Amino acid sequence: MEKKTCLSLLVENNFGVLSRISGLFARRGYNIDSLTVGTTENARFSRITITVTGDEQILTQIKKQLNKLIDVITVIELKPEESITRELVFIKVKADDTNRNQVVEISNMFRANIVDVARESLIVEITGTRDKIDAFFNMVEPYGILEFIRSGDTGLQRGAKVLSF
Amino acid sequence: MLASKLILKCLERENVEFVFGYPGGALLPLYEALRTSPIKHILVRNEQAGPHYASGYARESGRVGVCLATSGPGATNLVTGIATAYLDSIPIVAITGQVNRDLIGTDAFQEADITGATAPFTKHSYLVKDAADIPRIIREAFYIASTGRPGPVLIDIPRDVQLESIKTGLTYDKVDILGYKPNLHGHSGQIKRATKKIKEAERPVIYAGGGVLLGHAEKELLAFAEKDNIPVITSLMGIGAFPEDHLLYCGIVGSHGYEYSNVVMNEADLIINIGARMSDRATSKLTSFEENTDFVHIDIDPAEIGKNMETTIPIVGDAKTVLIDFIAKDTSKDHATWLAKIKEIKEQHPLVYDADPPCSDLINPKVMFRSMSEMTSDDSTLVADVGLNQIWSALYYHVSKERKFFTSGGLGTMGYSIPAACGVCFATLDHPKEVFAVCGDGSFQMSMGELGVIAEHQLNVKIILITNKKLGMVRQLQCDVYGKGHYSGTDINFDIDFMKLAEAYSIKSYKVDKNEDFIKVLPEAIKHQGPVLIQCQVHPDFIRI
Repeated sequence: MEKKTCLSLLVENNFGVLSRISGLFARRGYNIDSLTVGTTENARFSRITITVTGDEQILTQIKKQLNKLIDVITVIELKPEESITRELVFIKVKADDTNRNQVVEISNMFRANIVDVARESLIVEITGTRDKIDAFFNMVEPYGILEFIRSGDTGLQRGAKVLSF
Repeated sequence: MLASKLILKCLERENVEFVFGYPGGALLPLYEALRTSPIKHILVRNEQAGPHYASGYARESGRVGVCLATSGPGATNLVTGIATAYLDSIPIVAITGQVNRDLIGTDAFQEADITGATAPFTKHSYLVKDAADIPRIIREAFYIASTGRPGPVLIDIPRDVQLESIKTGLTYDKVDILGYKPNLHGHSGQIKRATKKIKEAERPVIYAGGGVLLGHAEKELLAFAEKDNIPVITSLMGIGAFPEDHLLYCGIVGSHGYEYSNVVMNEADLIINIGARMSDRATSKLTSFEENTDFVHIDIDPAEIGKNMETTIPIVGDAKTVLIDFIAKDTSKDHATWLAKIKEIKEQHPLVYDADPPCSDLINPKVMFRSMSEMTSDDSTLVADVGLNQIWSALYYHVSKERKFFTSGGLGTMGYSIPAACGVCFATLDHPKEVFAVCGDGSFQMSMGELGVIAEHQLNVKIILITNKKLGMVRQLQCDVYGKGHYSGTDINFDIDFMKLAEAYSIKSYKVDKNEDFIKVLPEAIKHQGPVLIQCQVHPDFIRI
């Protein structure tokens, strides 16, 4: 059965590490739903969050194959109950004088921010779990979504536990 | 000290004796340094052969093989050989020249992104951006190539990095790579479970792969198999892991294996897989598998376990250490009934050597390899190419005692045998032994240029060239898939005078078309110090079975 899984990787901040990882997915035919990468508390390392969809066998293979890469130090699965994951989304919604207030009101309910306003549109910034963002999309869709960008999930394990080596 | 000198000093520290290379603009500084280095440079005749030399050298000596190529086309010519080594888990280090750092990314003359191009089939690769990193990178490269599951590592060094002047005495001994800690020891709980399963099994079979050879676990395998009389089947890459003249030996499995081996494997209730990938080529003839068979899978690479086949008990670890653990456990069980059954299976599926006319008018390659087995020394090395020649030599040449058998099993790279056999010769220069390169007229022509190296160094390699003026294996596949007569692009009808070709290189040569003649000629060829080519003519309709 296919399921969505969120992986957190600690990697050496070396030349080509991202292409090694994305190349691995490409050549073994695994799909990346999203991938985020950023610096960590230690300049030597980067942290990557990857969400993937696949059955149990494929997910196990993905983890093993990632672990085989020399530049990959640790791979863990961010299980929903033991971690927090969030996504940042910008949505450009069609809104003019007749309905701007309604969109703003919906945004407020979702604790989203209006970051740009123009005569016929506004950009909403929203952070949250996938479910929350899907719900927000559902609410503003009738007004017309002009375009949007989703950052992809990024996350950390809960508690004092840290990704180490 | 010049970085180029430092590179060679680092290679010396890794006990490198030979580098198999081809020079070029981006390697000028390194070649200038090579001129006065104790490391011997062997000029291959095409970069494509370089990694195969290194592979043959590594497989024979157990040490890391090294090849060199310049940037751009030199580097891209290495690609197939590196992939070949990757698929067979052979430890090699490939060093490539690269354009100057400030030119990288500008599509400069002879620039190619070789770390990018080889990423899918190198165990790891480096682009050296700072000469001070050279000692660490070279130490790590050799360590990564030769430990855990071995494999190729590439080091790409820009020309201007080679020209940097750096402090002498830079060394790097202790490897500490956070993301690379190969696990040698099998989990004790898993070993307990596995040995319990082995003790319970009625019809166990050991399936030995290339991992047994790479882990130097042949003796342990023999001891474990003999302890409770468990039969042993090998993969193509596992040939040589278990003596073929042993009573417990049960052949080679797979679409090109022995029929009886596949039957035995299908009858087994427990398969103890040691260092074999369970590739499609090995398992295509296995049917009854999943429901009634248990699998113990021992592999040093965790990703191999469960990749191609569901495993009952996985053990991540080195073949040798895990086998030693197995031997120490009680797995006693009487397998007399099972062995009797295997004997019956063997009798029901005998090896067939006979051929009918017109095939029998020329050389019968099966009989040829069987008789060759009786005439070669106990420590000879045979390197088989890819094609029918590979299957014939794998199935009918007996590998026992100290004999070795190498082939490109994973990638199936034509043209492998001649450069790899040369690599074997270089690895044994101080104690020359019998080395055979077996190839067909297709694969021979892919590496023909290397005759120059053979002649120049008077390598003691005997080339067994099996000619049928066809690309036999593909032709047979065309016949199997599309029917007789559906041959396309598999004729090499032009009559090449291989004797004249050998003469051009001053290589002693023979042409035979009868098995009796082969038997006469082979001892002479073996006795002759230096290279020999024996052309053996086989009828084009002589196929695998």
